[in-house]
Amino acid sequence: MIEAVGLTKRYGDKTAVYNLSFQVRPGSVTGFLGPNGSGKSTTMRMILGLDQPTSGRVTIGGFPYRKLPNAPRQVGALLDAKAVHGGRHARNHLLCLAQLSGIPARRVDEVLGVVGLQDVARKRSKGFSLGMGQRLGIAAALLGDPQVLLFDEPVNGLDPEGILWVRNLMKALAAEGRTVFVSSHLMSEMALTADHLIVIGRGQLLSDMSVRDFISTNSADFARVRTPDTEPQQREKLTASLTEAGGQVLPEQDGALRVMGLPLHRISDLAHSADVRLWELSPHQASLEEAYMRMTQGAVDYRSTVDQRAGLQQPLPPGAQPPVQMPVPGQGQPGWYAPPPPQQGGQPPFAAPGQPGPPAGPYGAPGGPGGAPAGDHANPYAQPAAPQQAPAAPAAPALTKPEDAR
Amino acid sequence: MTAAQVIRSEWTKIRSVASTVWTLGLAAVVTIALGALISLLFKNQWSDLSEKDRLSFDPTYTSFAGMSLGQLAMIVFGVLVVSNEYSTGMIRTSLAAVPQRGTFLACKLAVAAGLAFAVGIVTSFAAFFLGQAMLGGHSTSIGDPGVLRAVLGGALYMTLIALFSMGVAAMLRSPMLSLGILMPFFFLISNILGAVSATKKIARYLPDQAGSKIMQVVTPVDNDTPYGPWGGLAIMVGWVVVALLGGYVLLKQRDA
Repeated sequence: MIEAVGLTKRYGDKTAVYNLSFQVRPGSVTGFLGPNGSGKSTTMRMILGLDQPTSGRVTIGGFPYRKLPNAPRQVGALLDAKAVHGGRHARNHLLCLAQLSGIPARRVDEVLGVVGLQDVARKRSKGFSLGMGQRLGIAAALLGDPQVLLFDEPVNGLDPEGILWVRNLMKALAAEGRTVFVSSHLMSEMALTADHLIVIGRGQLLSDMSVRDFISTNSADFARVRTPDTEPQQREKLTASLTEAGGQVLPEQDGALRVMGLPLHRISDLAHSADVRLWELSPHQASLEEAYMRMTQGAVDYRSTVDQRAGLQQPLPPGAQPPVQMPVPGQGQPGWYAPPPPQQGGQPPFAAPGQPGPPAGPYGAPGGPGGAPAGDHANPYAQPAAPQQAPAAPAAPALTKPEDAR
Repeated sequence: MTAAQVIRSEWTKIRSVASTVWTLGLAAVVTIALGALISLLFKNQWSDLSEKDRLSFDPTYTSFAGMSLGQLAMIVFGVLVVSNEYSTGMIRTSLAAVPQRGTFLACKLAVAAGLAFAVGIVTSFAAFFLGQAMLGGHSTSIGDPGVLRAVLGGALYMTLIALFSMGVAAMLRSPMLSLGILMPFFFLISNILGAVSATKKIARYLPDQAGSKIMQVVTPVDNDTPYGPWGGLAIMVGWVVVALLGGYVLLKQRDA
């Protein structure tokens, strides 16, 4: 069990992590989510005693990491896949780590097999791809057969097969009663892997709940309704009728309506009695990705701007029309459109209850139709990806990868 | 976590990178070959030497003339052993495995210093015997007073230079920065300060100039150095201790 209490880290006047308190329990995979630069890696380093917290504390099984007896046998960590000496071959890299905690060399060959690197064990890690580096890092974490495992972005650079393997590995480790703490900035990946989610933004806790609760709290079901484009008055009429019946109606950019609070058959009945024809009536569920985006919207530090290409564009020949800026496919909506939080008028989702510190300030822009991140310039690149279909459920383990036979 | 385990691990680390062989090999070859070459030159130019130079001639020290260049490779060895951890990011993995940072640094230094001493002692004896062979009639023998001390001192000198570099690298972390400071210092600045009469008195307290006294057997005619061979080595040890303490304190306090 990992426990953080009031964890704070400042670098000069920049606060990387502020007053973070959470628990990571054994027997489940805990996802650690946040945008780039939100303090995930700093928190991981503090858990491992590499960085000293400015205030607060973090313990593993009740001990600060540096006081933990035989730490490598209790805690395994993957922090940075590239943190290996390129001239040293994979087996020696693991061997020097194994020798530190008195792990026999036999175990090195075991974990090399587990991560599928046995064929390149005697190759210098300089030539490894990012995915191979991740596998080597995971092997290092598994060396001591530890009860607590930390993985910082373990699926970066892995091929789809590797991602599936990591996902199953995490679940298998947790099923054995271990504590598994995995950071990622991919909500879609965490939704499939994790049982519990800890979300941070700008170093502060935004959410700490099970994935199930996260879904029910943050996903808003809605219906998408489209009336004939040729008759705008029909749209007005339906909006009035639906609102009267207690539904919430929001216009979408392409002319459709987003209706919440009314079941589909009721919308159909209301449209019929209002004598409005419908071109579309479809159920939708906001994905976790959307919920996560909305939650972290105010806490994103690094946002891209429009590429103006000033001075790089060829002058147009006389009489030519400037090309129309086409939106990137799949990101068609200018000004990203997030569904409003389920509890309208409630707290902004990132103001966790009882959270001290500055008031909503920088995080205070609640999501919703108006809260789209893009300003005047709708930047096609800057938009978060459109809600994705959740990938298919993970296939059965033991496809082609050897599972850790323990 | 026992020190023996950390030492085994550090030994695996140091033997599994190519830079160890290259730097130590270069240190040995350059020291021996240059010493032999300069010894040969002295023998051939003997008749051109002045009376004062002949009186101050030190056959042992002459055979160690290659040390001034060979020590540069030793510096690279010391710097790389420590700063490799930082430049690759391996330091985080290492310190996560050995949270006792003092033990970690001590074991790393012990392994590297042991290896440097082993190479140093072979280099030192080889340079001495090859140099004496080149000097022919002007040579000295290992049994003469002070000669064995000087030859063993050569090995100690190389070890201390490596340790000093490790301390500096532990403080600075970056290999480029460490080499950029140490190389010009030992190759140029120390020599220039030692040659200019105004700074001579200060320069002889620099680590390399003080430490190299241990390799001298014959005291030069107009010698006014206020310390002997062991005194000089002690001054060098002082420098090394300061560098290592600085490295230790910073490693202990700094975020990895």
